Amino acid sequence: MTNATTMNPSGRPRGIAPAPWKDTAFEWLTRAFALVVFSLLAAIVISLVLGSQLTLEKYGFAFIWSADWDPVQGNFGALVPIYGTVATSLIAMLIGVPVSFGIALFLTELSPAWLKRPLGTAIELLAGIPSIIYGMWGLFVFVPIFQSYLQPWIIDGLSGVPLAGALFEGPPIGIGMFTAGLILSIMVIPFITAVMRDVFELVPPMLKESAYGLGATTWEVVWQVVLPYTRVGVIGGIMLGLGRALGETMAVTFVIGNAHRLAVSLMAPGNSIASALANEFTEAVGDLYFSALIELGLILFLITTVVLALSKLLLMRMARAEGTRT
Amino acid sequence: MGFPAAAIAVDITGAGATFPYPIYAKWAAAYRNSTGAGMNYQSIGSGGGIKQITARTVDFGASDAPLNAEQLDKVGLVQFPAIMGGVVPVYNLKGVRSGEIKLTGALLADIHLGKVKRWNDAALAKINPGVRLPDRAITVVHRSDGSGTSFLYTNYLSKVSAEWKSAVGEGTAVRWPTGVGGKGNEGVANYVSRIDGAIGYVEYAYAKQNKLSYALLQNRDGQMTMPNDQSFKEAGAKADWAKTPGMGVILTDQPGQKSWPITGASFILMHKVQAKPENGREVLKFFDWAFRNGGAMADELDYVPMPDPVVKLIRSAWTAQIKDSSGKAIY
Repeated sequence: MTNATTMNPSGRPRGIAPAPWKDTAFEWLTRAFALVVFSLLAAIVISLVLGSQLTLEKYGFAFIWSADWDPVQGNFGALVPIYGTVATSLIAMLIGVPVSFGIALFLTELSPAWLKRPLGTAIELLAGIPSIIYGMWGLFVFVPIFQSYLQPWIIDGLSGVPLAGALFEGPPIGIGMFTAGLILSIMVIPFITAVMRDVFELVPPMLKESAYGLGATTWEVVWQVVLPYTRVGVIGGIMLGLGRALGETMAVTFVIGNAHRLAVSLMAPGNSIASALANEFTEAVGDLYFSALIELGLILFLITTVVLALSKLLLMRMARAEGTRT
Repeated sequence: MGFPAAAIAVDITGAGATFPYPIYAKWAAAYRNSTGAGMNYQSIGSGGGIKQITARTVDFGASDAPLNAEQLDKVGLVQFPAIMGGVVPVYNLKGVRSGEIKLTGALLADIHLGKVKRWNDAALAKINPGVRLPDRAITVVHRSDGSGTSFLYTNYLSKVSAEWKSAVGEGTAVRWPTGVGGKGNEGVANYVSRIDGAIGYVEYAYAKQNKLSYALLQNRDGQMTMPNDQSFKEAGAKADWAKTPGMGVILTDQPGQKSWPITGASFILMHKVQAKPENGREVLKFFDWAFRNGGAMADELDYVPMPDPVVKLIRSAWTAQIKDSSGKAIY
């Protein structure tokens, strides 16, 4: 018995006969699975680049800042969908992150024990609702309420404000980039909350108890102990939510208004990359039109990659700052 | 149901336009019941239909916008119309009932160009005497996906407004100068019924089934027309099918006292030289059956069957143009 449980340096219990070929086979198998990820990624990039060759050659970088989208004349530019994608995702983050943070904090620090489980389950259920349901809810329930009660009030109250006022101008039609951002924020809340709650729970109770013991308030414990300890996980959760917001298709298509026009106002209809693809792919007649849509897909891919890279960079800088302190 | 004698018949596949999908599906079900042969139609959109038939992955393609002679010859395709329908302008204006608003083509174009912005505009008031037009912004609702419905609508606007033709043009998807886009007929219908002051366009069946308010439209002969089966039929009756290559008549802005100005046919595309003549023959058999027996089903779904003289033309085109690889007619 003692023999069997003593570990040799390779971590394998000594009593069990080693089977090197099995180990090797398993190692290669898992390696192959891991390689599938890379080859899939490479295949996607290659096919996106090949598919968008026509527009890449014709427009070059001008594709990114041209706001023209005219299938009849054959002029294409991606500025409107790029702006729509980024703007709606930013709105989603501005609303979603603080709310998720609040929910996660309440769940881990303040909630009475009997409420923790039902509340946690409710959030997980929210994450499981298909996105088209959010879209339909947005269009059938939220839009009419927003249009007749909230939007006129927002437009009247804010459109006169210098500079920022331009963001809130236009007739109250209920559909537009702001609505899309708001629906998106509801959709990302469960994801960000779930990650934040999980990492908050990882904070060793000893750290928190020591801080409380020194007389810290809950507020101070959260900002001085919990957050610094869980920074990586919190940013990871936000990025997960942002990734979902950037690529969300159906819910956005329902409420964004699908108009290829550049409008500064968030109340105006716009377009996002994903919803432009969903709308126009089936009837994209002509090679140039098709190529322009594929290039939109490539741009969305690049945006997501850049967002991920930036978050990694941010984490690395924070880690370095950590090292120089003390 | 048992096994009819024709159960060995090959199943045929088609792909393309979404506009005629409901009637093709209904015909296919009835055809299977009466003959045992299956027809599988995928409504992937006209663009996809043209791609699939060019690549010969389906037995026939379907497109809402007709191809011109040059496009047909390039691939070696035969084209014939299978079904007609109408597109109607719909609106949502509190206090104004269905059919109360009258529009001219030029005015409709100005609304979509963003030149007429409010419902109480002088131009609207002039042709709608007695209607209490509210002081409300006009929100244009258009299709966000490419579609044959948009093609017919923009084709009509191009015919009646020189400015629309030069600024926007016609196509399954265009650069709309103003408004919001809804996905599919149901998307447009939803937006219109949700936005007070909206005007949009949908296939007639959608307007009827969703009880949307529709506008009367002035046709080429200067008459204000109601959209219905009669006025769609009238538009198809006067068209010159025989002389247009590939029978590719676009039925917008047709002459006739009672003709509805935004009518259109949906087209079937087949290869002139059939690599698999038995499949080609089945496709022709199916449409032959549909032209004979499908009229009542078309009426039920608010489509308009092709008029008899046109069907005669179609049949002679089949005999004359669709051959197997040895050059023998398959119909």
